[in-house]
Amino acid sequence: MSFFDSVIAIVRKDVAMELRGKEIITTSFFFALLTLVIFNFAFDMASVQAKDFAGGVLWVAFLFSGALTMNRSFLYEKENGCLSALMLAPLDRSSIYFGKMIGNLFFMLITEVFIIPVFILLFNINVMDRFWWQTVTLLLGTIGFTSVGVLISAMSVNLRAREMLGPLLMLPVVVPVMIAAVELSGGIIRGEPMEGLYIWLEILVAFNVIYLVIAWLVFDILIEE
Amino acid sequence: MTGNNIKSAIKINNVSKRFGRITAVDNVSLSIEPGEFLTIFGPNGAGKTTLIGLMSGLVRVTSGEISIGGLDIKEHHDELRKLIGLISHQTFTYGQLTAMENLLFFAKLYDVKNIKERAGFLLEQVGLTRRANDITRTFSRGMLQRLSIARALIHDPRILFLDEPFTGLDQHAAETLKQSLVGLHNENTTIVMITHNLKLGLEMGARVALQVAGKIKFDQPSGKLDHQSFEEVYFKAVGEAHY
Repeated sequence: MSFFDSVIAIVRKDVAMELRGKEIITTSFFFALLTLVIFNFAFDMASVQAKDFAGGVLWVAFLFSGALTMNRSFLYEKENGCLSALMLAPLDRSSIYFGKMIGNLFFMLITEVFIIPVFILLFNINVMDRFWWQTVTLLLGTIGFTSVGVLISAMSVNLRAREMLGPLLMLPVVVPVMIAAVELSGGIIRGEPMEGLYIWLEILVAFNVIYLVIAWLVFDILIEE
Repeated sequence: MTGNNIKSAIKINNVSKRFGRITAVDNVSLSIEPGEFLTIFGPNGAGKTTLIGLMSGLVRVTSGEISIGGLDIKEHHDELRKLIGLISHQTFTYGQLTAMENLLFFAKLYDVKNIKERAGFLLEQVGLTRRANDITRTFSRGMLQRLSIARALIHDPRILFLDEPFTGLDQHAAETLKQSLVGLHNENTTIVMITHNLKLGLEMGARVALQVAGKIKFDQPSGKLDHQSFEEVYFKAVGEAHY
């Protein structure tokens, strides 16, 4: 089976499972919603600086809800030993990583699609004012986050305290991506010229490439035993 | 190499596996011929599951060599995986998918031709046709084990590893599995089975081995062995290892 075909098979399997249970999307949506509601009470919306923290609030909500998503990611594979069955199958093992990563990316993006209108309503800030730039930022930030998240999830799935250790291991690694995403989203929301924001876009792209290449190289070894 | 022209089955040469300070498999050498049915007995913690993990390529050896069909398992793992099927005490099935979806997913990964027909045939063989479109989370342990057997056979493997395959099966399902294994053995499938059931293991395996504390302590054809004499050998070997 080709690399691409096995990635597609794993993505389709994960999507079919999620459409049936809706566990990941529902939990992460409500977690993100709760985060936004708390921030809404914490900050003075009448303040003129509301746009200054909008990017940060948005990404914190995605980060926390995404951590939940990532934690579940390999638990499905661990139940009944399915990961061993995948490892026994004649496919490039990195295709397991990319299949899981694309599946989780899809779930996170769906959550974001539902959370952004809620954010706009609660904070009265149109974060999608510059639609295409913000879409690119959300996509790149989420790719960076899921690329690390799925790798850490695979690493921690055999640990006894995985629910605790997963986010603990993931958050420090994902910091560069989150900083770049917050700066970029914030700048776009504040209406800053893109010339001054390209540096963050470049950082985001660079870290995505680094994380994906590292994951591709080490995933086979990580899941072996 | 394809599953049909495999020349020789499994050769294990001085293989050891250590997990930290624990030696799960200790300098084991075995040669299993094509079409042979080997039953491995041993007490809990003897390293039997690890040995099967090593032979199937799921676990990396610490030292020694394993080859299948003359090909080193480390270097040729990708092509050898097509030949191997594994039935474990874990079912290797997704609880959120139906029985049919589980089989179709694994059939795709193994590039099986006519996957729907093959999956339908195997579901019929294991008596799950009526439950084909039910989510497997609702299945009993025995039904899951039967589905696990269908999953392991989906790509018609030439080598089948079985780790306690009869666990959780009712008498009817156990008999069905037994008949399936006899059928596969007759079709020249190489079978390596781990079981604690001495009577069944002796009856089914043409050759029996006893693994104690990581080492193979006994390895003989089962023909001349009766249940009682083997039981004596078993308890003596286990007793000597201070279990």
